[in-house]
Amino acid sequence: MTVSHPMAQPILFENVRLIDPARGLDRPGRLLVRGGTIAGTDLPESEGVPDGAHVVDGGGAVLCPGLVDMRVAIGEPGFEYRETVASAARAAAAGGITTMAVLPNSQPAIDDPALVRHLRARAEETGMVSILPYGALTRRCEGSEMAEIGLLNEAGAVAFTDGTRALADARMMRLALTYARGFDALVVQHPEDPSLARGGCATDGELATRLGLPGIPTAAEAIMIARDLRLAELTRGRLHFAHVSTAEGLDLIRAAKARGLRVTCDTAPPYFDLNETAIGDFRTYAKLSPPLRGEADRLAVCAALADGTIDAIASDHAPCDADDKRQPFAVAAAGGTGLATLLAVTLARVHGGNLKLIDALGLLTHRPAALLGSDAGTLADGAVADLCLFDPDRAWQIVAGDLPGRARNTPFDGRAVEGRVLGTWKAGRQVYGQDAA
Amino acid sequence: MNDSPRAAPPRFFPQHGRHLLGLQGMHPTRIVPFLDLAESYALMNRSRQTPRDRLRGRTVINLFFEDSTRTRTSFELAAKRLGADVVNMSVATSSVNKGETLLDTAATLNAMRTDLLVVRHSQSGAPALLARKVEASVVNAGDGTHEHPTQALLDALTIRRHFGTLHGLTVAICGDVSHSRVARSNIHLLTAMGAKVRVVGPPTLIPGAIGALGVDVHYAMEDGLRDADVVMMLRMQRERMNGGQVPSPREYFRFYGLDLKRLAMARPGALVMHPGPMNRGVEIESRVADSDQSVIREQVEMGVAVRMAVLDLLSRAGDQT
Repeated sequence: MTVSHPMAQPILFENVRLIDPARGLDRPGRLLVRGGTIAGTDLPESEGVPDGAHVVDGGGAVLCPGLVDMRVAIGEPGFEYRETVASAARAAAAGGITTMAVLPNSQPAIDDPALVRHLRARAEETGMVSILPYGALTRRCEGSEMAEIGLLNEAGAVAFTDGTRALADARMMRLALTYARGFDALVVQHPEDPSLARGGCATDGELATRLGLPGIPTAAEAIMIARDLRLAELTRGRLHFAHVSTAEGLDLIRAAKARGLRVTCDTAPPYFDLNETAIGDFRTYAKLSPPLRGEADRLAVCAALADGTIDAIASDHAPCDADDKRQPFAVAAAGGTGLATLLAVTLARVHGGNLKLIDALGLLTHRPAALLGSDAGTLADGAVADLCLFDPDRAWQIVAGDLPGRARNTPFDGRAVEGRVLGTWKAGRQVYGQDAA
Repeated sequence: MNDSPRAAPPRFFPQHGRHLLGLQGMHPTRIVPFLDLAESYALMNRSRQTPRDRLRGRTVINLFFEDSTRTRTSFELAAKRLGADVVNMSVATSSVNKGETLLDTAATLNAMRTDLLVVRHSQSGAPALLARKVEASVVNAGDGTHEHPTQALLDALTIRRHFGTLHGLTVAICGDVSHSRVARSNIHLLTAMGAKVRVVGPPTLIPGAIGALGVDVHYAMEDGLRDADVVMMLRMQRERMNGGQVPSPREYFRFYGLDLKRLAMARPGALVMHPGPMNRGVEIESRVADSDQSVIREQVEMGVAVRMAVLDLLSRAGDQT
């Protein structure tokens, strides 16, 4: 991070490929930022540089809305040794992310309106990223008593979830979906039946059998999705499934959407870029929740990205301390970092011919923003100038420890990728990158 | 793993020459030297003429995070018969799950310039984790439900002494395959050596994907034992027979215990094996365990010989690198 421009100075992005998925826009052009907001994408070449404007020559790179990551765990409050708002903000900026929705299962859990305001304020202090806090769906995210959904909503919680814990109790889920409807609030489920998953750390199958690791059947996801779809039908609540990773789960969601249910889902890069063989000989960086799946499920996730069943791609960033990963596989912490690699790994689907670039960016910008009721994720005139400038073809290698952020536990360690963020702007202020040459 | 194999793609089940972490993927050309050398050590053990200078000056540490008097004693005798300095470290069960303890211990042992580290741990993959952190050769003496390579080698040696070969034999592995590292290592070794392997047990104790390891699955002893050359019984944990995976011990014995009647379905003279310690009257009837067909005591004897061969060959693999 080098240059920061005073809010007052206009910025003119020249020689860029503008992509704004919200408006279906993909063309070469120029973009003017004035006073921290977007002042126009339709500046003709004949019009010169506005007085006093700082010019950024994109060199043909893509300029798109700053990414909106709808599923991020940070250590704050309670687990600052894993990650803080400040370190997560640096990682986000390096990944082109300007808005992130943060999970509530911290210590204390985000089940009090004051904590929602606190998290938002902590992000504002960094000036690099906005935080959209999730509110706890149940008190302390423990799954037994409903949290103050209305008050949390009023304080700015964008959706409700127990984070990395599934809400297991069917009656409680029914109540939560029903009550949240009064505020038109979105309920987000970690779709994994906890009793079937208990003790497991890898997907049931040949690999888990060979490694002697306790398995979790893929049915644990399908069963929870099937149950909650039925409850959503019963309650007419708004339901979203996080990090869906199995063919069976996606089929259920696809069918439910076809029936007109108000249901959505996201997935995370590990589930379309890796399969369970990444565990290799007990690599704990590849221990995730849900666990990495077999190749058939990975392909099903790719297909669901292409056919629109999946509504968003989220990093599912889960920073872990080195000591929590340097353990025998079954007792090591689950989760992988993902902020700095979200765009590059997603672009692998574009380079692989699975997704169009504009659609991939839609899954990373306005579509998750819309789910969370945020107006972020567009280049429309008057929008806040949250911007991401990236070269979709520049190759680099993901190396754990070289990425920004406090935690090193990327499941993509060693992965060669194409697509590099060149610069990130938050409300018109550059928060990452050299002045694009 | 934690500290990145930088720039290297994930390695699938590597077999480092320096360590013995498992038998999966091991080629017969690497298995046979262990068996051949163990065979000669077996003869030397009987004549009490072992080469005590073989590992002189080497340090072997038995690092047992899980209690096992039998295996530890077997490794200790093996090392002593080759002249190594042996230290036994039993780590209190209460601290088993502390990874810090595991790796801190590794760092300590490294500083002591250990040559061979024999590791038993309740977690699958723990020896592999240690192997990345120490300079010593690591021998997996049983990790979780993953592998127990020296047990499979001693079983193979015992079988080979009786049949002259492993190729073409039918081996029935019976009981709690799900939780058995002995079963996994035996499956890898026996299939690699050309034996036909069947697993037999209640469906709750047979992993659904076990067929992918190249075995046939039977849920009835009567089918699984038919014409088998070797009947290998696994130890049944009592805590799994109280309605968890099996309703009761008596129901288990009724359907999966090895008695003389069931043994009669196997080929005449079929070998009866058990990795010990046995639950008499649960998975195996005493009359079977003590019969002429039982080679359970010979397995224990071959265990020392096999562990001598493993320590010997691994210590020499270290010399070459």
